[in-house]
Amino acid sequence: MKEAGVRPVAISIDSPEESRNLAQGQGYTFTILSDPNAEVIRRYDLVHAGAGEKGNDIARPAEFLIDLSGTVRWVNLTENYMVRARPEQVLEAAKSIK
Amino acid sequence: MNVRRLNWPLWVGLLLTLGGAFSFLLIFVWIPATRDFPWANLLIFLIAVVLLVAGIRRGFASDRKRPTASKIVTSLVALFSFAVIALFIFSVFVVARWLPPSKGAPQVGEKAPEFKLQDTTGRQVSLSQLLSEPINGTAPRSVLLVFYRGYW
Repeated sequence: MKEAGVRPVAISIDSPEESRNLAQGQGYTFTILSDPNAEVIRRYDLVHAGAGEKGNDIARPAEFLIDLSGTVRWVNLTENYMVRARPEQVLEAAKSIK
Repeated sequence: MNVRRLNWPLWVGLLLTLGGAFSFLLIFVWIPATRDFPWANLLIFLIAVVLLVAGIRRGFASDRKRPTASKIVTSLVALFSFAVIALFIFSVFVVARWLPPSKGAPQVGEKAPEFKLQDTTGRQVSLSQLLSEPINGTAPRSVLLVFYRGYW
């Protein structure tokens, strides 16, 4: 990812503290952002209503590759939350971005 | 005929059922070939069902030492096993697809909506910052936004 110039950014409703614990536990160094009220998740139409632990709104899994002009170049909206995008797919898509 | 024979197909069927369910979470979910479609687990369940059916026939046979107890135990074990298999299949093939259609999500060629959110250090970060700030001295060529369910 780094070699391909891809900056991975993870977004969920988890608080910064929860995400920090996750990152420390897993050794993640990429940016993790908190959207506790699902505002950005709603703006991207990715709300999975009532699917959270306490019946709250969470994000459905989704991946977007965005070029430097802010244009979406690749999207993955899985129909099955067990099936996620694989790094190879992202790198393949990233190749087309100069 | 030995009337005290153990109903092994029933018990092996039960073990395979539990093994088939738990091995997905413990093993197969980490293997690319069995991750997205749990065919290995379905195969284990298939063998379990064959054994369970054999176990039911055995448990309901007339030569059991205690026919009533045998029938009750056999029924409970078989019902439990079938329930576990049904729950697994329901979770994997039905519940996992309960996702919103997200028709309004940004599509290829569209501008990604700008946002500003807190990172793990409490800093407010915007999409335009992510697109322009260098990573270890070199400018990024793209940003990969990964939305996930959270609670990990």
